Amino acid sequence: MSAIRFTEQPLSHWMKTTGAESEIVISSRVRIARNLKQHPFPLLATNRHLEEVQDELKEVLDDPRFQVYGEIHPIELSGLDELNKKMLVEKHLISPNLANESRNGAVFISDDESLSIMVNEEDHLRIQCLYPGFQLKEAWEKATAVDDIFEDHVNFAFDDKRGYLTSCPTNVGTGLRASVMMHLPALVLTQQINRILSAVSQIGLTVRGIYGEGSEAMGNLFQISNQITLGQSEAEIIDNLRSVVLQIIGHEKAARERLIQESRLRVTDRVMRSFGILSHAAMIDSKEAAQRLSDVRLGVDLGLIEGLTPQCLNELMVLTQPGFLYNSYDGSVEPGEMDMYRARLIREKLGKV
Amino acid sequence: MLCQECGKRPASLHFSKIVNGDKSEYHLCEACAREKGELIPGTSGGFSIHNLLSGLLNFETVEQGKRAESPENLRCEVCGMTYSQFSKLGRFGCSSCYKYFNDRLDPLFKRVHGSTVHTGKVPVRVGGAIRTKRQIDDLKRRLQDSIDHEEFEAAAQLRDQIRELERQISE
Repeated sequence: MSAIRFTEQPLSHWMKTTGAESEIVISSRVRIARNLKQHPFPLLATNRHLEEVQDELKEVLDDPRFQVYGEIHPIELSGLDELNKKMLVEKHLISPNLANESRNGAVFISDDESLSIMVNEEDHLRIQCLYPGFQLKEAWEKATAVDDIFEDHVNFAFDDKRGYLTSCPTNVGTGLRASVMMHLPALVLTQQINRILSAVSQIGLTVRGIYGEGSEAMGNLFQISNQITLGQSEAEIIDNLRSVVLQIIGHEKAARERLIQESRLRVTDRVMRSFGILSHAAMIDSKEAAQRLSDVRLGVDLGLIEGLTPQCLNELMVLTQPGFLYNSYDGSVEPGEMDMYRARLIREKLGKV
Repeated sequence: MLCQECGKRPASLHFSKIVNGDKSEYHLCEACAREKGELIPGTSGGFSIHNLLSGLLNFETVEQGKRAESPENLRCEVCGMTYSQFSKLGRFGCSSCYKYFNDRLDPLFKRVHGSTVHTGKVPVRVGGAIRTKRQIDDLKRRLQDSIDHEEFEAAAQLRDQIRELERQISE
């Protein structure tokens, strides 16, 4: 099975619907890390061990309980070219680590792309569920149900005291990483963001850029996730994150309200200027594109710009990433021409060439 | 978020440092982190969680270096990873490493998670006894609750359930 079906469309099926609080929460993601008891972790495993891991896990897909998730497509990473790998990363279906560093890596992706199961990443198994909007509980319920199916067929490395044993000490216990991607332009504009983010990091949560560890926050998008995986139950972790996200949503809404009441003209000017630049620029780099798209999204949310949907903006977010951009123009993009093609693609999408 | 040091470049490194129990937050750009010596040498500018962990673990080794048992002799007998390799890589080699390095893991987990014991999901197949123990703990809490509320009929039922589960465990 090739990955083409997953890289043809920038928007996954799940992204075409909207979830709760979708003006502020872009997506909710839950990832569970597991390892098979009888094999060394991928760091030390031989290629034969990793092949066996892949085979054992692939067999589990035959369990009839998987049918409710639609067809699940197993894809071996070794069969993919660099471009397709990059595009899967840009869609968050695989991690950069799986794309670049794994040996005998594979991913099992569901038809609607809301479920992607990574094999031989840092851990043998990483079950990921991705939902639009604020649907953390839904994402967790699905991930744990998939975990239960695997657990019926294979022996996970588990210890009474330490819980699920993972390759990295930061994931031990529940193996659970829950994250919510939020668009927080008003908190950034009103300069409240630093205060909020540092408060968040004091209660066992962490804030990162949208491409995970080590990436910076672009376009006012922040990914908030749990840091602690040991000593808290899954329900506590999810509830804790949920309640913090709800509070941040409240702050962002209040900040938006104040912006529109106290500086309507300034905000309108900013939003419209960004819209103007996106609609007419001949060149734009990815950082500026992300910032301008954030302004336009805020304009759409505040009712200052009509006729654009959040889905169109989501699509642009993915499409303007290098892999998709390169692919959109059939590989005719030279390295120095990225900014030109990016500007062209955005102009076309916004309907003004 | 801007770098708290130069205030110009965006902060790309976010971490907390705990020194003598005082926790401080750092949000730095790469250039300032390098200047302040917060980048671990030999990582070519990359600053992954494993480098950080490695820092924590090596720190530990220095701190407890006077102990009789030197960590160099600690070795996982299943995959062969030594404790000093683990402390450099920040990752375990296999699930048995947890057993062989067990004595040294509590301080690490305490630092990373603030806790050392799992209280979450337990797999049905391998976690039979521990699941039952958790169930008993839960029933005991409910029993106390019933007694507090003087619901003695419910309490009697809970007591019987607990006895039954305890009997299962002892078998």
